[in-house]
Amino acid sequence: MPANPTPPAERPHTVYYFGTCLVDLFYPEAGLAGMELLRREGLRVVFPQDQSCCGQPARNTGLFEEARAVARTQFRAFPEPWPIIVPSGSCAGMMRVHYPQLFADEPDRAEAEAFAARVYELTWFLVHALDVRLRDTGEPVRVTWHPSCHSMREMGVTDEPKRLLRSLANVELVENPRERECCGFGGTFSVRQPEVSGAMVADKIAAVSATGAAEMLTGDCGCLMNIDGAMSKAGTPMGRRHIAEFLMERCHGR
Amino acid sequence: MAADGDFAARAHAALGNAEVRANFRRAMDGLMAKRAAQFTDPQAWAQTRARGAAIKRRVLARLPELLERLEARCEANGIRVHWAETTGDANRIVLGILQEAGARTVVKGKSMVSEEMHLNAFLDRHGITAVESDLGEYIIQLAGEMPSHIVMPCIHKNKGDIARLFAEHIEGQGYTEDVAELTAAARRVLRSKFAAADAGISGVNFAVAETGTLVLIENEGNGRLSTTLPPLHIAVTGIEKLVETLDDIPPLLALLPRSATGQAVTTYVNMISGPRRDGEKDGPRAVHLVLLDNGRSRVYADAELRDTLRCIRCGACMNHCPVYARVGGHTYDAVYPGPIGKILTPQLAGLDAAGDLPHASSLCNACVEVCPVQIPIADILVRLRREAVRPSDTPAVKGAGAKRAPLEALAWAAWRWMYATPALYRLGSRLMARFGNRIPERLPPLNRWTGVRTRPRFAGRTLHDLARDKGYDDA
Ligand code: SF4
Repeated sequence: MPANPTPPAERPHTVYYFGTCLVDLFYPEAGLAGMELLRREGLRVVFPQDQSCCGQPARNTGLFEEARAVARTQFRAFPEPWPIIVPSGSCAGMMRVHYPQLFADEPDRAEAEAFAARVYELTWFLVHALDVRLRDTGEPVRVTWHPSCHSMREMGVTDEPKRLLRSLANVELVENPRERECCGFGGTFSVRQPEVSGAMVADKIAAVSATGAAEMLTGDCGCLMNIDGAMSKAGTPMGRRHIAEFLMERCHGR
Repeated sequence: MAADGDFAARAHAALGNAEVRANFRRAMDGLMAKRAAQFTDPQAWAQTRARGAAIKRRVLARLPELLERLEARCEANGIRVHWAETTGDANRIVLGILQEAGARTVVKGKSMVSEEMHLNAFLDRHGITAVESDLGEYIIQLAGEMPSHIVMPCIHKNKGDIARLFAEHIEGQGYTEDVAELTAAARRVLRSKFAAADAGISGVNFAVAETGTLVLIENEGNGRLSTTLPPLHIAVTGIEKLVETLDDIPPLLALLPRSATGQAVTTYVNMISGPRRDGEKDGPRAVHLVLLDNGRSRVYADAELRDTLRCIRCGACMNHCPVYARVGGHTYDAVYPGPIGKILTPQLAGLDAAGDLPHASSLCNACVEVCPVQIPIADILVRLRREAVRPSDTPAVKGAGAKRAPLEALAWAAWRWMYATPALYRLGSRLMARFGNRIPERLPPLNRWTGVRTRPRFAGRTLHDLARDKGYDDA
């Protein structure tokens, strides 16, 4: 069920940033762009050096003890009551929706719940907590949006990223009628069922390409790694990026 | 991690069949659009499904007691009730009833539980011929196949397939792809079977405890014929098909056909409350109800897994499943395919037999989003993955621990150590970012990634390091 969060009661002065392990290794520029967007809204952005991973890979494999051990590491790394902003709907969903379940019978259940309640997906936070106003400085371009399954179905992020894109004067957003269909990543699913996953991502790039957009944007680097890899292999000329990087470039010239 | 064997092998074959793939894709697109047109108001949808879930939750909370009530009410209505622990028991009970009545031919309404029992083959071995009367079931019976969908059993076939089957199996029938003609041909054959049948066998959509009523919905009228025309009617169903009162029926009927086929109502809603009474002109002389357990009590015993039993078999989860749409129902090699099959089959058959099914999912939650009784399918999939690697003396699921692999466990222990030790993680990730691109592509799991994708490129420097360089505070 979507988490259906409410924004913090007051506009925060300081926020935490949880970069995610995938961004850390493969897309640090996207992670940094998200932090810059927040900083340019006047927030103090804290990046705890003790953070690692939300624990989703272990949880989804059924290894709950391992997942809890890694989750507890994050509890310790984010001790202050500040909002935790995540540039990924999937990792945010793990923390907001699944931490309470994972710790339901644990002594530190209250801590897990309090942590979960502070977690926000980046684009949702930009729209609902900060009410950002973006000023487009880029050339005209057509883009399409790829929503991740967990951003939509766990974090309740639906129109927020599109709202940001539509607010840019020179950006035309082209809808993909099959956008709600999974890209086939699914973490370990992609290597446990490589052929099924491969068929899914092939259909995904066909649908994304059919929009005729010059670039596909997304808010999840799991999907991005999958779609980007498949597009590279297939020689698809389309651009693909995390939305944070795109917004930074359009509005702040980098 | 290992590539998941059996399912992956069957998926390989299915993905190679462009025609079947196209059949599924087209059919699922149509079904999704039809369902969406039925639930246009998100708030109304949220309320209706919450009510549906509450009804099933309420009945499951008192299942043992209400099953006894159902038995008493049915018996009072003249419906004989039989309890079957296993599918073998259920088959023997059905055979016994048929033999006692001297029945040789049976017409069947659609019943997934009878598929679970492999009833047709069993009866055949004992000299009794059972003919499926649901058009889709009839077609796959001719083809000698299993259903590929729980609501539309022959959805994997297109007009041409059916035309060929009919031309081959129905006397005097030439090859035609005209749907009206094909339907008429089937009707002709089935009419004569109905008239001659010694008994009818059907499933049940809802069994009402308070009144002892069996509710059966359908579109073709074959369900009504098989339960009223022959002198004997045997209904087979799982113990979870119970609802408490007649008032529970309308809310569930507002969900089932709309979720299944995008119809507001089905053509027929049959309410069976007993055999023909004195003075009545039609209806069977005797009605029996066989209640099958087949592992359901074990599912019931676990508070979390119990949610599985809320299922009203609408099939919406498979219609919306991106895996199912691509590999089709037969790839699951089980009576119940798709998301519901992925959670139900391993619980009924055991994780030793079907432990790869819970992993055949990207956990995209498309099924969870449309399930009319709010079954947390993705959470149950993960729970089953957990049971599969957790040996126990008192396992919640048959075959628990069957998928435990020592090497994999070791890899995860190392993962845990690294990701739960910040200094180690920073060092490890820094090394990976720096040197990861040198990992040979032929090593697993990379080799299973690069079939259709280029390898992910490590960035050189981690976000941890970039953030520190850019002056972001650590605390
Ligand atoms: S699990 Fe839900 S969606 Fe799937 S068949 Fe059962 S009731 Fe329908």
